[in-house]
Amino acid sequence: MSQHLDEALSGAATANPKTPFILKLVRFREFAILLALVLVFVGTSLKNTSFASTSSIQGLLSGPAVIILIAVGETLVIITRNVDLTVGSVVGLSAYLVGDVYVHYPHTPVLVALLVGIAVGAACGLVTGTIVAYARVPSLAVTLGLLYIIRGLDAVIVNAVQINATSLPAGFIGVGANNFIGIPIMMWIAIIVVAVVGYAMRNFRATREMYAIGSNPEAALLAGIPVQRRIFSAFVVSGALAGLAGALWLAEFATVGSTAGTGYELDAVAAAVVGGVAIFGGSGTILGAALGALFLNTINQALVAGGVSSFWDQAVAGLLLVLAIALDRYLVVRSERILRVEGRDRGRH
Amino acid sequence: MGDVVSEGFIDGAADAARDSLDTPKPLLVVEHAKKSFGAVHALNDVSIELFRGEAHALLGENGAGKSTLVKIFAGVHQPDSGSIFLDGVRVQLSSPAAARDAGVSVIYQEPTLFPDLTVAENIFMGRQPLRSGRRINRSEMTKLTKDAFDRLGVTIDPSRAARGLSVADQQIVEIAKSISFNAQVIIMDEPTAALTEVEVARLFDVVKTLRAQGAAIMYVSHRLSEVFDICQRVTILRDGAFVKTALIGETNIDDVIRSMVGRDVVAAQSAGGGTDGANVLEVERLTREGIFTDISFNVRAGEIVALAGLVGAGRTEVARGIFGIDRIDAGTVKIDGKKLKSGSPVAAMNAGIGFVPEDRRQQGLVMEMAIDRNVALASLRGLSHLGFIRKSSERKMAFDWSARLRLKYGRLSNTVMTLSGGNQQKVVLAKWLAREPRLLIIDEPTRGIDIGTKAEVHRLLTELVKQGVAVLMISSEMPEVLQISDRILVLCEGRLIDEFSREEANETSIMRAATGLARTSAA
Repeated sequence: MSQHLDEALSGAATANPKTPFILKLVRFREFAILLALVLVFVGTSLKNTSFASTSSIQGLLSGPAVIILIAVGETLVIITRNVDLTVGSVVGLSAYLVGDVYVHYPHTPVLVALLVGIAVGAACGLVTGTIVAYARVPSLAVTLGLLYIIRGLDAVIVNAVQINATSLPAGFIGVGANNFIGIPIMMWIAIIVVAVVGYAMRNFRATREMYAIGSNPEAALLAGIPVQRRIFSAFVVSGALAGLAGALWLAEFATVGSTAGTGYELDAVAAAVVGGVAIFGGSGTILGAALGALFLNTINQALVAGGVSSFWDQAVAGLLLVLAIALDRYLVVRSERILRVEGRDRGRH
Repeated sequence: MGDVVSEGFIDGAADAARDSLDTPKPLLVVEHAKKSFGAVHALNDVSIELFRGEAHALLGENGAGKSTLVKIFAGVHQPDSGSIFLDGVRVQLSSPAAARDAGVSVIYQEPTLFPDLTVAENIFMGRQPLRSGRRINRSEMTKLTKDAFDRLGVTIDPSRAARGLSVADQQIVEIAKSISFNAQVIIMDEPTAALTEVEVARLFDVVKTLRAQGAAIMYVSHRLSEVFDICQRVTILRDGAFVKTALIGETNIDDVIRSMVGRDVVAAQSAGGGTDGANVLEVERLTREGIFTDISFNVRAGEIVALAGLVGAGRTEVARGIFGIDRIDAGTVKIDGKKLKSGSPVAAMNAGIGFVPEDRRQQGLVMEMAIDRNVALASLRGLSHLGFIRKSSERKMAFDWSARLRLKYGRLSNTVMTLSGGNQQKVVLAKWLAREPRLLIIDEPTRGIDIGTKAEVHRLLTELVKQGVAVLMISSEMPEVLQISDRILVLCEGRLIDEFSREEANETSIMRAATGLARTSAA
């Protein structure tokens, strides 16, 4: 208390008695989602005892691996105040092209197959990133257009050759089906990606500059940040991760048609936003986005286990999305209002 | 705690300043800088010298070229000709990063922080201290931030987010940023505009500290008393040209104002408007939190009332408040004695207010639409029949007004984009005049239009008031204000600070009021 008084007297005080609660809410957004996750899980398990079984938990963990991966990439893009709507189509294209590699070269090592997926995605990201960052076309328009273009490309290719489990080696399908220490291998991949990207987002200049760009684009230019290069990189990473997700999607489902990954872009945006990534850029964490994906998937499963129609699943996801955005806006507007009123109280008598 | 600077330190500063005055060797020199934007000469042969340990004030009216000069220092603009020397060496400030590397730092009136990032990150963005593997060394960054704040004698938590910092603290963060990369030249653009007295005092202490540490400071301000408090030298610009540089001890406020205004005082010409008409607009205690406070005035039928003041004084905001574009927090607006519903431009239009905004491209016209349709835009209800707009009446109205305003156009169906600036302004005027308003609010009526059209716009306004319309005009052009208004209200920092009749108004008295100086009986 006395410290506050000191600060107030020195004139340098910025401590606002109303901020701590808001700050806590922002800082521990990940914790809040984790808590909600546990509550949903425990609540559903009490109603339906089979929900807590090992196989069901595995379903909860393996299901969202693909969405987690693309949500991580999407988060990078959203942080720079852009959006990448191509990721769903990239998942489909990558899944098909990786399968096509196996059709022609059945003995391709799993690692190479995954790298092919990453390369396909990165190539898509390269195109998107170039148009958005260097031609300065709004990302919403560019990626919406590319969503359809890539999907169309996918449909044309898929019509030529069908791919199913018989074309795929057991080793590759194992990535989607097998466990390591009780957790599916593809989930391990997602966990590693979350850990690596999450660490990078905190500790490097380039990634911090992405936050700066989304937080205040004007100021980013004045601070001498290479804005275009950073936005470009965000799209390439997003594409690459969507490509990887496509390869894993193939491993999980072992068959691929032209609709693979349809609508995933919106799932990824929803996961990121529910996980506390501000839709207007500048803030949010990789861990939050991943937990958001896990949370949305768990709710989905819980509703299924509770025997609720799948319509409600979408409605609940939509509701959470709206609530998350409303909360973010509320926090920003509120802190700005406090500032404005403070300004009046301080000075203008 | 706010005044950590020791007394001895400040004495040292004074000594250093005196030394530098005795043996002048400027740190940063701009010579014969010229800068044009299209046909507008923003800067015309301006030179300025900044000395170590000295605060140098840059003064001038709106549009004198201060901001352009600041942006040249910041590396945002490059001069078309002229040279810049730092410590005797010629330099190019080709980008914000180049200016920063040269040790020049600009603190803008509106701080440019990243609200979502921490204070420490804001200070070190793009040049964070690193540890192994090119990773950011957070503890070092926090420590360096603390050091910078210590040097300034302030306490701000380095790890809190910048969002929610007061404007004063945001400025302190910007200053800490400057000293963290050892900026030798610090440019402050209107730093006190949004600060309270206590915060201003703290800022002045910081300026003293910076001077003691040998920095050269350029201080841009409208507040003359402040300039005389903390600056050692002053340079005055007018209409993009250099007027003079003087030591502060060898000049005085009246002298400075005369240099800023420069022109001969314009003789007031009769607008022909009387001041005995009935009240059309009555504004009572209008307040918008943090923007303007307790504004009361009236405008009578048949008079032109000017709202004068410096950029940022709140003139446009008051007009927007009256018209209902911005929400107001307190106060009432009455038209012909009837209270106007607040926050509703539709109600304002129905009550007979016309509003010609400052930025006609953004707010006044639909540039891609034809001339006749633009003219008709504000009068659609009168023109429509069973909800449909009759093209013939639209065309007829546009034709009438074009003739009355002497609009120069190809065809009425051409888009507004094809017209010159002055003729675009006439279309905006026609659009509102067609509604036959009781009160016309007009913001910067002749900005960016040629002298001939300017005179026609003035003629139109005076004709309007003869017909009994009330006009509230916002203008930064002093001659215009003095020429055609019957009364002049002066705003300063969101307050209505003074009112002049046509007879008592002159450029000096208005400028004094606008810069917050008390009115003297001599003025």
